[in-house]
Amino acid sequence: MRYESLLDTVGGTPLVGLPRLSPSPEVRLWAKLEDRNPTGSVKDRAAAYMVAAAEKDGLLHPGSVILEPTSGNTGISLALVARLRGYQLICVLPENTSAERRLLLEAYGASIVSSPAAGGSNEAVRVAKRLAGENPGWVMLYQYGNEANARAHYETTGPELLADLPEITHFVAGLGTSGTLMGTGRFLREHVPGVQIVAAEPRYGELVYGLRNLSEGFVPELYDESVLTSRFSVSSADALRRTRELLSEEGMFAGISSGCVLHAAIGLAAKAQAAGQRADIAMIIADAGWKYLSTGAYGGTLAEAEARLEGQLWA
Amino acid sequence: MAIEVRIPTILRSYTGGQKSVEGSGATLEELFADLDGRYEGLRERLIDDSGVRRFVNVYLNDEDVRFLGGLSAPVSDGDTVTVLPAVAGGAR
Repeated sequence: MRYESLLDTVGGTPLVGLPRLSPSPEVRLWAKLEDRNPTGSVKDRAAAYMVAAAEKDGLLHPGSVILEPTSGNTGISLALVARLRGYQLICVLPENTSAERRLLLEAYGASIVSSPAAGGSNEAVRVAKRLAGENPGWVMLYQYGNEANARAHYETTGPELLADLPEITHFVAGLGTSGTLMGTGRFLREHVPGVQIVAAEPRYGELVYGLRNLSEGFVPELYDESVLTSRFSVSSADALRRTRELLSEEGMFAGISSGCVLHAAIGLAAKAQAAGQRADIAMIIADAGWKYLSTGAYGGTLAEAEARLEGQLWA
Repeated sequence: MAIEVRIPTILRSYTGGQKSVEGSGATLEELFADLDGRYEGLRERLIDDSGVRRFVNVYLNDEDVRFLGGLSAPVSDGDTVTVLPAVAGGAR
């Protein structure tokens, strides 16, 4: 396979069956390997589309500053695009994210502004919005509300899935900005009658939710509940257990959000099997495990790993 | 009948500091009304005229109740209801 440059390799990721974790030949689990993107995550799709849209709208010029609240993958994806397209990138991220993320961002040439750990990503968003207000020339692509994020999935992820798995019955992905679920979900609903669009949401430790005022909460602007069929909250314990299962059973070294997604997918598979229905459940493996090694998720006992994740934004 | 309801830190002032309380009811609505009887003011933080408040997420056995019928969602003995604030989440 041949490409003109690295940015042309975004998308077109493999859909890989999980024969050991699938309950039966009639109820099958499939993993779409989004770590097979240029910077190793599904966010490469959104970053490419958001920057292209901003260029088309005349917002970006050589040397423009791009600002984004991001704890990692989006920042890394944007760092690649910014580097290759000639822009500067500033990322706002909470203090309590894994070391690999910061190191990678800086290696690509991005600058980092830290927001307080206790505020989580809500606080990173607030800080970024404030900085954008103070620096009118800076461009905040704002992944949580940018339609190009969802559109990337509507135009690429969805069609790829349909081409590889026309018999798809369920689509499961992690819920963050909701871009993947909204874009892929809308596309699949238009083309596959009865398809279920299922969100897997990480449930963090108490510290992360802290004394979060209920009236200052956050719902991504992209989020449209009507696109989803259901939404599951997955504990770090379950996400960790499934991440390790994915590795031990299928040889896939995935990030912890993938364990979260797998947990929801296995629940759906069990339900289909109990109902005597066939199912082809496709899930998004958003990234591989490299950035999470320092969280201790892959070594020691599950209990030790769970304790280490407490207070961390693990997905 | 006992349904466990897990309370986020921000609302524990209503439950005397308890992070988990028990209630009963046939639906989520009845369960919250039951809790409100013993933990005054709690219900109002969770629900407004349109149902579950915008920045509050309620899960029944880990599933978002907005997809289970909202306040009409049936609940049974042994179920777990979890209340969490809506957050931007983790690493994106």
